Order: sequence, then C-alpha cells, then structure tokens
Amino acid sequence: MNSDIVLAAKDGCRRSLARTLSALENNTLDIADALSLLGEIENDPSQQSEWNIMAITGAPGVGKSCLVDKIISQWASQGKKIALLAVDPSSSRTGGALLGDRVRLSVVDDIMLKDMVYVRSVATRKSSSSVPAVVSDMAQLLLALGWNKVVIETVGAGQSEVRCAAIADRIVVVEGPARGDGIQAEKAGLLELADAVIVNKSDIVGARKHADEIKESFELGDGQSPPVLLTCALNGDGCQFASDILLTLQSTGRSSKARWRERLLSGLEQKILQNPNLDEILLSLASGYIELDEAINNLNN
Amino acid sequence: MGAMIRVVVAKPGLDGHDRGAKVVARALRDAGHEVIYTGLRRTASQIVETVRDEDAAFLGLSSLSGAHSHLFPKVCEELRKAGLNDVIVFAGGIIPKTDRQALFSCGLKAIFGPGTSTAEILSFIEIANEMDEVGVGESSDWYWQGV
Repeated sequence: MNSDIVLAAKDGCRRSLARTLSALENNTLDIADALSLLGEIENDPSQQSEWNIMAITGAPGVGKSCLVDKIISQWASQGKKIALLAVDPSSSRTGGALLGDRVRLSVVDDIMLKDMVYVRSVATRKSSSSVPAVVSDMAQLLLALGWNKVVIETVGAGQSEVRCAAIADRIVVVEGPARGDGIQAEKAGLLELADAVIVNKSDIVGARKHADEIKESFELGDGQSPPVLLTCALNGDGCQFASDILLTLQSTGRSSKARWRERLLSGLEQKILQNPNLDEILLSLASGYIELDEAINNLNN
Repeated sequence: MGAMIRVVVAKPGLDGHDRGAKVVARALRDAGHEVIYTGLRRTASQIVETVRDEDAAFLGLSSLSGAHSHLFPKVCEELRKAGLNDVIVFAGGIIPKTDRQALFSCGLKAIFGPGTSTAEILSFIEIANEMDEVGVGESSDWYWQGV
C-alpha cells in the first residue's frame, strides 16, 4: 500500500504526497525504500554549488514565517517548485502541538502560485532539537519527487541551537532589530554557521545598526564573510533583493567541521531514541539501579 | 489517551470571532493531537487544500456569522470533489437547532454550540476516529448526538 501512495505522489497527487510524508513521520515507511522506488538523487550537502535544502532559523518572533512567505513567493513566480517544511514545537508534557505557521503564509492563497508551493506543518514530536531528524527524510523525499528547493523553517531557536546544520545545505539566520548591543554579535553560536544573515523589521529603529554590528563581527573573523541583508517582511522592502541573493547563495565553507559535528550528534541522538532498550534503561536510571555512566555504556553496546 | 490525530481547525468566510476556534485548538493540543490552525477568513477551497496538504484526518469548522448553511455544505462538497472522502468534519459556533439536520445530511458528523465542554469534543474525536465509513464522502449516516 505504501508503494502505491509513493508512486501516486510521483504522478503529482498532492494527497498522496501528504500521506507519504505522514508515513515517514509515523515510521511506517522507510526513506530508503521510498527513494529506491523513485530513483535516488545525488545530494551531498555543502559540497555542491547549488543548494537543495535551506534552513531558515532565528529567535521566536523575528519574522521568520512572514519573511519565508515573501521569499518563496518570489522563487515560485520565477518558476521554481518550492516545498516548505514549517516546524513548530510539540508539548513535552502531552505530545500535542499547535501548528500555526500557515496563518502567516499568503503564498498558498495565490491562485497563480499555489501549485508551485507545497507547505507542510511539522511537529518536533520526541526530538530535543529545533529540527527533528525525520525532517531530513521528508526533505529528501520532496527533492526526489521533483520539488526544486526545500525550505525548512525551524522552531524559534536560541543562541546556540544549530542542529539545522545537520540537515540543510545552507543556513540563513534571521535577526530582529535592537537585539542587544555589539557584544551579542561577537558571541559564539548560531551566527558562526550562517551562510547569510537577514536583519528583518528594517522599518524599526536599530535594524541598520544591528546589521552593521554583525557585518563588523564577521569581518574580524577568518574566511569569507556571509552576506548581511536588511528586509522588512511587512511592507516588502528588501525582500526581492534578499530572495535573489538567497536563491544562488554559496556556502561560506567556514564551518564544515562544525556542520559535521551537528550531523554526527543528530545521528547519534536518533540512534539512542531508536534503541529498543531505551525505556528499560530510563526506568533503571529513575529507580536508581544503575548509574548514568553505566547507562551510557549500555546504550553504546 | 489514544493515538495522535492531525486536525485542521478553520474559520470559513467573513467572520473574525475566533475565540471558540482557539479554545478547541488548545483543547486538542492538550489532549496530545496535532492541530493546524488556518487563521481567519478562509475560502472553502483554501480550507480543502490545507486539509489535503497537511494530511489531516479531521476538519473542524467554526462560524459565528450566520453563513453556516451556505459555507459548511460548500466545504463538504469541495472535500468530496477533491477525493478527501475519509476526512471527518465537525463544526461549532452559533448554529440554530433548526439548521442542524440539513448540515448533518451534507456530511457533518457533529455540531457543538455554546456551552459545550471541550471534553465532549474530545470524546467525539476519539469515538469517530474508531468508527468506519464516517468520512464526509462515506456511507454512514451516523452523527454525534451528545453525551
């Protein structure tokens, strides 16, 4: 039955596409099986000149969804087929989620563009990071089905949440105006891995100054500086320019080691979460039968 | 608690009153389900496309504008036209008792008015999810008659 929906998705059936993605999320379909049905595509992140998967990340409320809406509208009107995976957090208490990114997206209402754009809301479920590992499988599947670019909008992420580096070929960090003084731009973390930085809400005082501080900080470092752009997603200022730059964005190649580190950690986390003895080990830990060191050793074996 | 269910909560037509929709969305979230909220003033086809692309099993429609007898049947019809026959549709808002039977005949499986407890809505979701042929384009003429 799964192979039927994968093949129907290949023929352009949107409902089958949605069902295939659900099957990946629910672990009832293996990505390798799906790709072998479709014919695998080459995708070696950070090595190629044209990107396939871009992560848009940044703190909550800086305007990621609105900006993504403007940017993918531009790309879709240039004839690119764009898939957006919009990630929102699941409750760690109940497992439920309220997925609200669609509220900001007007591109799906545009009668000329809606067939060029696929939007899917994704909950983080059990994952501890801002991008669950299954998003990587979902992105691979979308590319194999003929979508030109996959954009991942992460959960609003803090200073050091860089797990999206494990999945994306390019990372765009969205900042807002007046997000602290110059020293914030000097701190280590998310900005170090950015291939581009967009300071959104340029209509608000402090945006240009913040962009200048980020630029200055990049110039103090080694290697190629990523572009720092100003936009106002609300009125569209700078969005056309930003979407042109992002479409052909090159990797800065500054942090390939750091990216591999994130990939490694993401792979390890997935391995631990899939370990059949995990629940048993957690129970033993909680009831004090074993020490943490012992648990880690058990998981490694 | 049963399995996680994906539910689209939508506001069709010209109606800005979304407190009810938000309360229902929040209750579903707290019961462990994944809720996709569409925002205000959606057309029937926008709602159907959202249900399709998000692979939702349930669609909740909210209307307090008085246009329910026009909007809800239109959404049900477009769901069937798009082949989304197994999606289960329920509604809430200000829906007079005299209008309800016609809406059940169009494929709605529950209508919740003011004063409904969120627990009742959750029971409906869990029970309907276990039933066969209760989708908007399927054969069962069962509908929720309260607790």
